[in-house]
Amino acid sequence: MSALAAPSRVQRTERMARRRRMGSFMTVVVWCAALLSVVPLILIAAHLIIGGARVLSPTFFTALPAPPGVSGGGVANGVAGTLVLLGIASVIGMPIGLGAGLYLAEHGRTRLATIVRYLSDVLSGLPSIVVGIFAWELIVRPSGQFSALAGGFALGMIMIPLVARATEEMVRLVPVALREAALALGFTRWRSSLQIVLRTALPGIVTAALVAVARVAGETAPLLFTAFGTPFWSLRLDRPIAALPLQIYNYATSPYDDWRAQAWGGALVLIALVLVISIIARRVTRSRFGAATGGARGD
Amino acid sequence: MTDVTPRALDARLAARLTPAVAMRAVSPATRDDASDAAISAVAVRTEQLDAMYGGVAAVRSATLTFTPGRVTAIIGPSGCGKSTLLRCINRLHETQPAARVRGAVFVDGRDVYAAGTDVVAVRRSIGFVAQRPTPFPSMNIRENVVAGLRVAGIRVSGTELEDRVEAVLQRTGLWDEVSDRLDSDPMSLSGGQQQRLCLARALAPEPRVLLLDEPTAALDPGSTQRIEELVYLLRGEVTTIIVTHNMQQAARVSDITAFMLEGELIEQAPTRVLFTAPSDARTELYLTGRFG
Ligand SMILES: Nc1ncnc2c1ncn2[C@@H]1O[C@H](COP(=O)(O)OP(=O)(O)O)[C@@H](O)[C@H]1O
Ligand SMILES: [Mg+2]
Repeated sequence: MSALAAPSRVQRTERMARRRRMGSFMTVVVWCAALLSVVPLILIAAHLIIGGARVLSPTFFTALPAPPGVSGGGVANGVAGTLVLLGIASVIGMPIGLGAGLYLAEHGRTRLATIVRYLSDVLSGLPSIVVGIFAWELIVRPSGQFSALAGGFALGMIMIPLVARATEEMVRLVPVALREAALALGFTRWRSSLQIVLRTALPGIVTAALVAVARVAGETAPLLFTAFGTPFWSLRLDRPIAALPLQIYNYATSPYDDWRAQAWGGALVLIALVLVISIIARRVTRSRFGAATGGARGD
Repeated sequence: MTDVTPRALDARLAARLTPAVAMRAVSPATRDDASDAAISAVAVRTEQLDAMYGGVAAVRSATLTFTPGRVTAIIGPSGCGKSTLLRCINRLHETQPAARVRGAVFVDGRDVYAAGTDVVAVRRSIGFVAQRPTPFPSMNIRENVVAGLRVAGIRVSGTELEDRVEAVLQRTGLWDEVSDRLDSDPMSLSGGQQQRLCLARALAPEPRVLLLDEPTAALDPGSTQRIEELVYLLRGEVTTIIVTHNMQQAARVSDITAFMLEGELIEQAPTRVLFTAPSDARTELYLTGRFG
């Protein structure tokens, strides 16, 4: 009977109070969730720094791995090798991923696009060791040689779907009106795609591409039987090449204490490398208007 | 002689006169002197134009003539096909998925839908400004202004290019506001400035036809007034077609007004005539605000 009657003032204040309590409770819940989500990162970082800092010294960056029992030694070849592998992977993965993403964004409704998008999702879900086996079949076995090329190829394969999907998403965010403005101004379709749409989406794409680089930088499985690793200094693309993740893997699984310490150091360097790559690239791609607008844009 | 500068008209309209009353206040003679200057402007004509989205026709057998060097306003309720018609003229309509066009659009006597037409060349000769400002974020202000020249491969010396940039920014009333930051991000400009930048970008290649799709719908009064003044000043040089749902604006800037309803042209007449003595009952209904 009184269901439809206007709530009294007391009822109303009570309801308000309940809402407010619920609101503060939920705030605390999500705050805790947010905190918990960064705890693993903090723990890992702390662990790495404590474990890795001990072995860090200038020679760690300039020396080759030392044989067991010999103190010192470093990861110079691993750092260089990882950079080479990432370079090869980027040369393969970025243009193909970028092109595919642009295609998907612009011809998204066609049958072919649907198939490509599906396969690209499958590829990104593929265990990375399978990609390694594929690279082994395709390159290592025919050439009879583990090589930097095979390793970079495997990493590049992993990058393709990451870059493609990110590019598609970023390009789709560019308003149609912008493309139309370009077409109306006399841009051809491909010119508006490359010079207007892609360039407008570029900061986002570069950020995503860097995430892809960072992601493959730590990949170990696909390198096991492609790049293979070497304790020596080598930058040849047709020979086995050292890589930080492989060195970490070898050191960490070794029975020697000083090697295991080196693994921590290697891991720290790897993380730092990834961090540096993303910082540099962010700087580079931060909209070139950063100075004029106080860096408000670009991220 | 009655003062018909947009500013003066504005002042008059600010007194909340209905468009019809406002138009009566304007001396008829002064509205007809623009075409004398029409030297380079070209005629635009649509013939039996149909524009479809999939199976749905948004524009139906529209036949309109746009007089060289004059400003023609297209008015009509939202969704009646004004934008679609406008975008058929520079062949922008067909860039949308499943969009089709039937009929003909003559620009300077040539059918832009004729087989073998260079679409890009057509678009280069026609300026276009959309409702929302669309500066290219990947270019700075100067590059935005010259984007149309660049893409057309027009090579001019550095100083001439600078002169052109200045001239066109002067015309759009932007020069004083941006001359000291031509190298900065266009997105740092206000909405009204961005829209005037787009207008400058459209005008830099010196088009002979200018298509404006509700160019001031999202703008502040100051920028609106600047753009209206410029449209007024361009009479004679450029054949301007402006879509607007603002009848006061149509009354202020146009020589001729076309009224559309549900994809069809209802009537087209000198603005003064259309606003004061429309020949179709539906036009009158619309003007008096009884639908749309
Ligand atoms: N991209 C589109 N796809 C399908 N229908 C559309 C599209 N754009 C516009 N339309 C339809 O076409 C008709 C005319 O639209 P439009 O020309 O934008 O009208 P106006 O500019 O007069 O408001 C409307 O009914 C609208 O719903
Ligand atoms: Mg419209």
